[in-house]
Amino acid sequence: MLWEQQVSFMHESLSRSSEEAQCSCFTQTPAWHRSCCSAWAPRNVAAVPGGGTRGLCPFCPYRAAARLLVSLVVRVLLSRADLGSCGAPRRAPSFSLTLRCSFPSSSWWSHVEMGPPDPILGVTEAFKRDTNSKKMNLGVGAYRDDNGKPYVLSCVRKAEAMIASKKMDKEYLPIGGLADFTRASAELALGENSEAFKSGRYVTVQGISGTGSLRIGANFLQRFFKSSRDVYLPKPSWGNHTPIFRDAGLQLQAYRYYDPKTCSLDFTGAMEDISKIPEKSIILLHACAHNPTGVDPRQEQWKELAAVVKKRNLLVYFDMAYQGFASGDINRDAWAVRHFIEQGINIVLSQSYAKNMGLYGERAGAFTVICSDAEEAKRVESQLKILIRPMYSNPPLNGARIASIILNTPELRKEWLVEVKGMADRIIGMRTQLVSNLKKEGSSHNWQHITDQIGMFCFTGLKPEQVERLIKEFSIYMTKDGRISMAGVTSGNVGYLAHAIHQVTK
Amino acid sequence: MAAAASIFAAVPRAPPVAVFKLTADFREDADSRKVNLGVGAYRTDEGLPWVLPVVRKVEQMIAGDGKLNHEYLPILGLPEFRANASRIALGDDSPAIKENRIGSVQSLGGTGALRIGAEFLRRWYNGTNNTATPVYVSSPTWEGLVSGGGAHIRTYHYWDAAKRGLDLQGLLDDMEKAPEFSIFILHACAHNPTGTDPTPDQWKQIAAVMKRRFLFPFFDSAYQGFASGSLDKDAWAVRYFVSEGFELFCAQSFSKNFGLYNERVGNLTVVGKDADNVQRVLSQMEKIVRTTWSNPPSQGARIVATTLTSPQLFAEWKDNVKTMADRVLLMRSELRSRLESLGTPGTWNHITDQIGMFSFTGLNPKQVEYMIKEKHIYLMASGRINMCGLTTKNLDYVAKSIHEAVTKIQ
Repeated sequence: MLWEQQVSFMHESLSRSSEEAQCSCFTQTPAWHRSCCSAWAPRNVAAVPGGGTRGLCPFCPYRAAARLLVSLVVRVLLSRADLGSCGAPRRAPSFSLTLRCSFPSSSWWSHVEMGPPDPILGVTEAFKRDTNSKKMNLGVGAYRDDNGKPYVLSCVRKAEAMIASKKMDKEYLPIGGLADFTRASAELALGENSEAFKSGRYVTVQGISGTGSLRIGANFLQRFFKSSRDVYLPKPSWGNHTPIFRDAGLQLQAYRYYDPKTCSLDFTGAMEDISKIPEKSIILLHACAHNPTGVDPRQEQWKELAAVVKKRNLLVYFDMAYQGFASGDINRDAWAVRHFIEQGINIVLSQSYAKNMGLYGERAGAFTVICSDAEEAKRVESQLKILIRPMYSNPPLNGARIASIILNTPELRKEWLVEVKGMADRIIGMRTQLVSNLKKEGSSHNWQHITDQIGMFCFTGLKPEQVERLIKEFSIYMTKDGRISMAGVTSGNVGYLAHAIHQVTK
Repeated sequence: MAAAASIFAAVPRAPPVAVFKLTADFREDADSRKVNLGVGAYRTDEGLPWVLPVVRKVEQMIAGDGKLNHEYLPILGLPEFRANASRIALGDDSPAIKENRIGSVQSLGGTGALRIGAEFLRRWYNGTNNTATPVYVSSPTWEGLVSGGGAHIRTYHYWDAAKRGLDLQGLLDDMEKAPEFSIFILHACAHNPTGTDPTPDQWKQIAAVMKRRFLFPFFDSAYQGFASGSLDKDAWAVRYFVSEGFELFCAQSFSKNFGLYNERVGNLTVVGKDADNVQRVLSQMEKIVRTTWSNPPSQGARIVATTLTSPQLFAEWKDNVKTMADRVLLMRSELRSRLESLGTPGTWNHITDQIGMFSFTGLNPKQVEYMIKEKHIYLMASGRINMCGLTTKNLDYVAKSIHEAVTKIQ
């Protein structure tokens, strides 16, 4: 029994050191440990933030050897234990006699770092905790009505009722998605009179809202656009663009876009930078309602951008997440996309129905490639399917079906156009009211950019210290870059917001 | 008007995905006797898709609920869905749940769950970005598993064509030979495409080897409840591994057992050593989800969550699932008995020994071609048939056709 106790004690002490997720040999001679352990198990050494490495070697061969030695000793001494092969001792031991078979108490995931918290979520979390009755959440990226409530479009409710009454089956969609949806989506973006649309020299596949569509496109370009690995984003751009393209295996570059001095477009800077982009690189443009700044080029400026992009032979990737939602007019919001195509630029395009149809959680979106001809479109389509299949096989039906019914049913389409204009008008109205309230407060600053900008977001021009004060003193929550979501502004709180902004900027 | 040569001029046409092409060919076939034994979706005895009655009920509830909106779900998904989906897999009394060391990621079907898990492993398993770690899939396996490519996909022996059953020794040998820390994709039940599952004893042997050699278990659970008719029975293997102390992933699909194919409802269950590890893992999975689909679709998750959290609806669902499983079992026994009474050469007990939607008939590619071209019966080149494509009306025709194929073609 004495031997068993001693063996048990040794086993425990070995297990304990592995619980600490730090190999006992590491602290003594790190270099020696690293060389021995990385030869045996490549995962053993990982970087920690702030520099340095962590040894996490539950499988250190030296301890494994020690364990083996112990188990051999035990086997010799405890002749009644009939061990057989590892994992099948014929007598259930009170402790593991075959120590090599025991699990390390540390985890496979000991070295996994905590992912950084999402900055926008942080804003919402802080907002939720705030008990001030006047609090405002201007970080939210979803439309709110004038009562600050989520808004389900009436045309959406009607489409849903139609769907529920039809009692359709739930069979898999094709990989490329619901055909009625993708066709209608292409027509919405390109325009029914578009030559590209009518000739069929395009392919549109259903994507998981804007993000999923962007990702399909990014993966497609990574695989088939061999001329360049570089994607040029406007400075700034939507925060998720960078990781999407990076995860797809592309590299990120930037061109000047927003001028913080004027809170508007740095058109000269943009043209300068774009004219220097290496030929055949990829350039991403926001079709309308630039996120996060709300700053869009005017039509004359778009014409010049198209010319320089054509001259540089760049591959144009349009991200259109707000068609209809920006100006209230779907054709106006798609003007840039259509102009580029008319100029002979074969763009790729991602669309989202999250905002303009309020279908956020239903994930309705589409990715389009304008091709030379219909035959090329078929080849591209076949490759898009190959990319989609291992990601999620085929897309979710519900949101696409709602969108399809709306777009393809004349009365519902009309109703939708009115409702999307209603949302856009409310936003525009809030912009106007915010500016007039600021004037009423006596602010001497130029707030014209608030009404010049368009879409859900507004780059106020507020500095981080001013944002800090808005949060702390007025319970008005926004991101540090001074971006506010106009959707969070209502006729009930616009006065308060103007007052607060004036207080921190006077 | 268009620029010079298109940048996509050199994009080759990709071959169509085989199983979907099969269905497309079936649709175009004008022969009245045609039977589709290809794609894996449940069919009633009338050969029609079946929306589960409980699903219809819940859909109407959701459609009529004016309080519901379409706001974004959290990145990891609907909380009530995630927790309950994992509970279904691991069991109400799971020690891992009690010890708060599980995590869940709502995903786009089983495929989406596999994808998130695979991408996480690529980034964080066995070091960081250690893409050299081999991933083992069974030979054969479901085509979607390997369509994503990846240089280090290897196979482990699984199907013994000669004895038409599990090649356990080959499987265990492959596990012995695999480098330590290799990842093994295991079908939790109703193996696709063979329908052949290890017995509990065989699972125990598999687990022992995996434990000893530090192999990572990644379960693919697409048929829980659908295989035997019992949720618990079909989850036995996953739960056994958890009870043996493994850290593991389990990709769950609710496409078949809820009939929610096109709503893309899936869940990746993560079992870890402790809550802290699981939290860090989830935080990194969030980053992967964010650049893949941002947040998952809400409709299907709502249906499943509503069903699983209501005792009455849950009971109804289990009943619906048993209906499907029972019909499949009936078709299996009916097909086997017909082949045996026809005196079709060979043994046919594998048809009832196998479980789930699919059966590896043992037909060779030439015989399969005969079935498709001459008899208008569509099945995969591997000889895989979807039992759900069988009905009381077409059983005789299919049995006779198999008989012909086996006797005429070698």
